[in-house]
Amino acid sequence: MTAVRVENVYKVFGRRPKEAVRQIEAGKTRDEVKDLGTAAVIDASFDVAEGEIFVVMGLSGSGKSTLIRMLNGLWKPTSGHVRIGDDDLSEVDAKTLRALRRKRVSMVFQHFALLPHRTVLDNAAYPLEIQGVGREERRAKAQEALDLVGLSGWQDSLPSQLSGGMRQRVGLARALAADTDILLMDEAFSALDPLIRREMQEQLLELQSTLGKTIIFITHDLNEAMHLGDRIAVMRDGRIVQIGTSEEILTDPANDYVAQFIADVDRTRVLTASSVMQKPRALVSLGGGPRVASREMREAQVPAAYVVDRSRTLRGVIRDDDAVRATKEGKESLEGYYSSEYTAVSADTPLAELFAPSAESTLPMAVVDDNGKLVGVVPRVTLLEAMVPPEVPDASVGDIVAGDTAAAEHEAEENEAEENEAGATTTGAALPDDETTTEGVRS
Amino acid sequence: MSIATIASLSSAGTTTAASDTGTIVPRLPFGDWVASFVDWATDAWAPFFDFVKAVLEGAYDGVAWVFETPSFVVIAFVLAVIGYFASGVRLAVGTAVGLVVIAGLDQWDHSMETLSLVILASLIALLIGIPLGVWAARNDNVSRAVRPVLDFMQTMPAFVYLIPTVVIFLTGVVPGIVATVVFAAAPGVRFTELGIRGVDKEVVEAGHAFGSTSRRILRQIQIPLAMPTIMAGVNQVIMLALSMVVVAGLVGGGGLGGDVVAGLSQVDVALGFEAGLSVVIIAMFLDRVTSALADRSPVARALAASNA
Repeated sequence: MTAVRVENVYKVFGRRPKEAVRQIEAGKTRDEVKDLGTAAVIDASFDVAEGEIFVVMGLSGSGKSTLIRMLNGLWKPTSGHVRIGDDDLSEVDAKTLRALRRKRVSMVFQHFALLPHRTVLDNAAYPLEIQGVGREERRAKAQEALDLVGLSGWQDSLPSQLSGGMRQRVGLARALAADTDILLMDEAFSALDPLIRREMQEQLLELQSTLGKTIIFITHDLNEAMHLGDRIAVMRDGRIVQIGTSEEILTDPANDYVAQFIADVDRTRVLTASSVMQKPRALVSLGGGPRVASREMREAQVPAAYVVDRSRTLRGVIRDDDAVRATKEGKESLEGYYSSEYTAVSADTPLAELFAPSAESTLPMAVVDDNGKLVGVVPRVTLLEAMVPPEVPDASVGDIVAGDTAAAEHEAEENEAEENEAGATTTGAALPDDETTTEGVRS
Repeated sequence: MSIATIASLSSAGTTTAASDTGTIVPRLPFGDWVASFVDWATDAWAPFFDFVKAVLEGAYDGVAWVFETPSFVVIAFVLAVIGYFASGVRLAVGTAVGLVVIAGLDQWDHSMETLSLVILASLIALLIGIPLGVWAARNDNVSRAVRPVLDFMQTMPAFVYLIPTVVIFLTGVVPGIVATVVFAAAPGVRFTELGIRGVDKEVVEAGHAFGSTSRRILRQIQIPLAMPTIMAGVNQVIMLALSMVVVAGLVGGGGLGGDVVAGLSQVDVALGFEAGLSVVIIAMFLDRVTSALADRSPVARALAASNA
């Protein structure tokens, strides 16, 4: 089911927005229509499925904040349609729009947007108050939402007594208390420091998996986008340049801009075992016997091989000397000769988590599916290769990301050593953004 | 005094000045325009002005009754208690001492008249100014239209307002109150607009995003968050009203203004300074109380709590 549908949406601020849209549609660029107005969003189209986390990623000025504000009608599109369920936001009247905001779409803001003179509990209860829920009931619901985000015991504090991370939890609790299906998050974690940000991301994913909300998340941090997003839309200068899963964007960037963008991504956290695994060179079936096993290993020139049964379920690993011993002892089966000392990982394990097991094993790591079937192996060299980004042309955006390259490299080393797990990804490919710097001063 | 006299006096004066400088700019009869407008309005809107006058006189009598009926001790005690609740013991003691000084200067009755005038004029100025400020904050066109009017109101020499109000309302407290309202309303409008425009855009957006109506956002978000600034405006309105009320003594506004004017016309230094000192004491009391109240708005307290 589609929760939100955006169709050819334009937003132009300025004196003659309609004319600007017409000219852009006729092929003019954003700069050419500057005199008519500033085109913040150009021809954006996408669908967000129910229960999906859809991330819109772009630098400041790319139009992502304007885009998200059209999804709950804070801005009206200059042209195009935004549909929430069956309602077209550009057509509904003010009353319907308010009802829609109460029941269907809630929002979390970059700078929290809490009411400073109200307690945490009353802040969380605010949407319910607007919905006309009675005092006792709304306070009970708000308390539930606060418990959900881990703020039990803080309900009587004022927002100013809380740290940034906790304030944003209040913002999140407020949006959850509204109990809408759709959650808009505008740079919700950008104002938080990296460790807290990572924690909030995990919490959001956890909440999402239990509550099943449709989340549209805006960020300028590619690592955050890749970590959270089921799908990601990359925006540049008002246009969506690519929509895809993080793996699709990493492995098949739509253009040089996106390629430049992802150059600094911590690939080991985005790519999973399934994206780098290969067919095992030597594979021994349980019923095949020691002679077949020896031949397999000899042909593949490996010292050991994985043993699978008839249904390809991974049973263990047989070493060359054990196979030879079994042959000498005249056994027809490998039963009793293979060992179960091996590491198997699931297909959706991020590469970052493969380094440690891989370092301890001489064999390529086994990748199994949910039923324990062997689906592939990851040799150690593949792991190391995967960390190196593909060749990218030195195009125009090089200067934008250059500043962070050193940090990203440093971070890759840290990951290799399996250290500093939490802090690493969030700081790395964060793109320079004016908003975040001014933010620090505010809070 | 009739409007014709004033008009002829003023035009005679300026005409001479113009011919002296010998400019080629033709004489602009601005004064005549205003004078004939006021003349016309006095006649045409006479019932309205009579009504305004009756209402203001009634209101003034009511407020003055509150301050003049109880004895000195009662009023001084009540004002000191207000000082205590607004700020603390220091303000309470300061208020009591100040009021005793006023009584000692034998300016008590006039001071109470002045206080009544200030409170009434400030109330009216705020009743007009705050809604206008809210409107200007929410509508750019209103803001653009109001701004030059406010500039005019604030910078036009205070005495000038007395002239048409005297023409319309004759002498007494009413022209003083009207002139004071006009003179003092400007900061009420300005600070309210400034405060509401200064409210964090994201918080207002949050109100919209959760489906609140504009009216409710104004009541629950914009006004509470703008309250520290609005209270600063209230303080300014009261201070301006106090200064104007003294000037209104020129047209028989009564109170301390009357004494100041008498001191000036009779070159009575003693009377002038005694009345002047009383004005200063009242001003300090009103200023401290209103600024203390500004610090006690929920938002100001919430912000102060974070620093504590």
